[in-house]
Amino acid sequence: MRYFENGKLRLVPDGTRIPFMRGRIAGLVVSAILSLASVVLFFHPGLNYGIDFQGGIVMEVRTPGPADFPGLRAILAVQEVGQASLQQFGSPQDVLIRLPRQPGDDAAQQRAIDRVRGALARDVEGAQVRRVEAVGASVSQELFQGGMMALGLSMLAMLAYIWFRFEWQFGVGAIVTLILDVTKTIGFYVIADFQFNLSSVAAVLTIIGFSVNDKVVVYDRMRENLRKYKTMPLRDVIDLSINETLARTIGTSLTVFLAALPLALFGGEALREFSVVTLFGIVIGASSSIFIAAPILLFLGENRLRRGSEPVSVPGPGGARSGKVGN
Amino acid sequence: MMTFSRLKTWLILGVVALGAVLCVPNLVPRAAVPEWLPLRTINLGLDLRGGSYLLLEVDMNAVVRERLETITDSVRTRMRQGNYGYTGLAAEPAARRVVFRLRDPGQGQAVVAALRELTQPITTGLGQSTPDLEIAAAPDGLVTLTLTEAGLRAKATAAVQQSIEIVRRRVDPDGTREASLVRQGQNRILLTIPGEQDPQAIKRLVGTTAKMTFHLLDETAQPAPGVAPPPGVQFLRGDGGRGAEAIYPVRRRIEVDGANLSDARAGQNPQTGEWVVNFTFDSVGTRRFAEVTRNNVGRPFAIVLDDKVITAPVIREPITAGRGQISGSFTAASASELAVLLRAGALPAPLTVVEERTVGAELGADAISAGLISVAVGLLLVCGYMAIAYGLFGWFANVAVLVNLLLTLALLSLLEATLTLPGIAGLLLSVGMSVDANILINERVREEVRNGRTPLSALEAGYTRAFGTILDSNLTVLIKMALLYAFGTGPIAGFAVTVSLGVLTSMFTATMLVRLMTAKWYRARRPSALPV
Repeated sequence: MRYFENGKLRLVPDGTRIPFMRGRIAGLVVSAILSLASVVLFFHPGLNYGIDFQGGIVMEVRTPGPADFPGLRAILAVQEVGQASLQQFGSPQDVLIRLPRQPGDDAAQQRAIDRVRGALARDVEGAQVRRVEAVGASVSQELFQGGMMALGLSMLAMLAYIWFRFEWQFGVGAIVTLILDVTKTIGFYVIADFQFNLSSVAAVLTIIGFSVNDKVVVYDRMRENLRKYKTMPLRDVIDLSINETLARTIGTSLTVFLAALPLALFGGEALREFSVVTLFGIVIGASSSIFIAAPILLFLGENRLRRGSEPVSVPGPGGARSGKVGN
Repeated sequence: MMTFSRLKTWLILGVVALGAVLCVPNLVPRAAVPEWLPLRTINLGLDLRGGSYLLLEVDMNAVVRERLETITDSVRTRMRQGNYGYTGLAAEPAARRVVFRLRDPGQGQAVVAALRELTQPITTGLGQSTPDLEIAAAPDGLVTLTLTEAGLRAKATAAVQQSIEIVRRRVDPDGTREASLVRQGQNRILLTIPGEQDPQAIKRLVGTTAKMTFHLLDETAQPAPGVAPPPGVQFLRGDGGRGAEAIYPVRRRIEVDGANLSDARAGQNPQTGEWVVNFTFDSVGTRRFAEVTRNNVGRPFAIVLDDKVITAPVIREPITAGRGQISGSFTAASASELAVLLRAGALPAPLTVVEERTVGAELGADAISAGLISVAVGLLLVCGYMAIAYGLFGWFANVAVLVNLLLTLALLSLLEATLTLPGIAGLLLSVGMSVDANILINERVREEVRNGRTPLSALEAGYTRAFGTILDSNLTVLIKMALLYAFGTGPIAGFAVTVSLGVLTSMFTATMLVRLMTAKWYRARRPSALPV
């Protein structure tokens, strides 16, 4: 393998002929297991919903010196604001205080904020409340419904779009892949113990967008090759198309990865979870184009997209290439 | 594909130049912006500049209760005027109605006709109107007055609009704090105030109804815990002086209403140095106040604010000038806060904060610098990769990426959109996505060269074939972001906006602009082999 050619970086050598479809069963099985495990994780221990979807209070506090966690816990414990959870947030001076949604009405939330603010001002010298977020019961419910609606509708929109632009097998392949992608992302949220908030919905939608984008490119090439090589078996058309677009798939995933990486490293605590999940999703999306979306298409389209496509071993992708069809 | 007419060339360059010019107002102070330039800039979101985002809910139950109480009062008056005998007049807020029973069921129709004057017509589109009250008399003499759905909606609209006006006068009396108040849904108000603020003070200003009324006291009643007040009297808590709490027997009848105030200012009592609030009545209030004080010299009267007695002084002499003073353990801050509340007027119903997001200005500044560092590093990494992977064509793409960023910022300025921290993330992600188009094109061109095409025909084929794919993949992203914008709030909507604009402008920069650069380069050099 040569990684440089004419002085330029080539991550994927020209004319690869990797028989991806040979590993289709393995790819699907691994993906199915991961997604199934994610679904299990989703129910137990369950997703860590943030205040957007569960209601509650988040306060970011900066203390003059390194934060005294036991001291802060003791101060909060006597405020009658429920089980407070404390967490270092970026620097050792910064503390994130999470309070559960207060029983009673929305006014109870405000009273809890007042109490904590008062206690901090009294007992922790120089403490500075840098951010307060409080979401009440009705609003969190509405935000949750809105977020789920956005996720559901975007799935439907993707299905409709790909269905419209390609044959239905492509649409089904894409949507099944997306469901597998999304479940894995949810599983990642549980394992990493990240908060699932409105910004998580944005992250999941970004991942879906990126993943579909990738599928469209690969599918586009498959459709082109189906027309170009009229007699090539579907399996070989798919392998050829994946190989032809491999350089692009990896290149684009890499650039988006490179763009999102600094957000995770320097973007601050507020963006860290969002960007880490996006990075995870880029990897998932790129690999699912190859290992999931294509095999599903092969299963669905075996006898429909191309008649009589028994796996023929002789005209491999390279062989077909030499018989170039000009246009 | 690889030829550009002179007009087209200039048009493309013109768009780029226009983008650069539109970004200018963001960089220079407002005064330095030339007059011919639209004064449109990007707004920084609250998470970047600090500020408060408060979603307020108007207590509709209180609105209904108040309306039903007014109806009950009016019914009492009408029945007295008409000499109708009745029993059990009561408001039932849960059922949104007022009920009573006629002694003589035969008077039903006459009573319904008499009460019909109480209804107010509500205009419901197309010039039609429905009454806000439904009045019915049952054969057994039971009369019900029910608030209709249309009446309720109209009440909610009125209450929300009135609240918006009053909250604006309270939190932004001079209009200099850029407070924004928008109705959301049926009975909510979104209040955003940017900049360094004391969120607690704002919440106090918003959370107080500030309904001030003047009442006489019932000196015969002895308020004690567990004792029911006599009819027409209520026991209200208040400051009994020196920090002690007292219970006052306050007559329900409102002698003068706070709505009749024309001004209120914080001041200091010249003798004691104590903080007080000086108020002035309007003409109606002055007349009523003079009358009450003239008839009740030597008796105490109470100033009640939101069901709490602030002070209950004894009237020493008639007050005819329409001026008064409220004293009662104020600090400088609490006195001026009360003055602001009284000047702005009472809210029609209590407001509750159902969602709060406040960010300190310092945290916002930290977020901006973190965002800028990320964008800079991200650009460097992406451009570095493109240069290493595609050489000259990679540099063309890099120029396009920078122009893409410039045009996105220009569009954000033109739309006066709000840039949030997630929005900055979106900016960076759209950079990563926009080079996708160039990667597609370059890979395609490389493939065509391998297939034996001449440089020119490989370029032509690369651009033509890649375009459909680029269009497809960008459209899917745009659909996503439209949904996110529709369902997301605040910062998240900002993410959707920057990604969408970034993707839209990349359709121009990554294809049109790069193609122009490539074409010019090709015509100048006429290379025998492409540097891909």
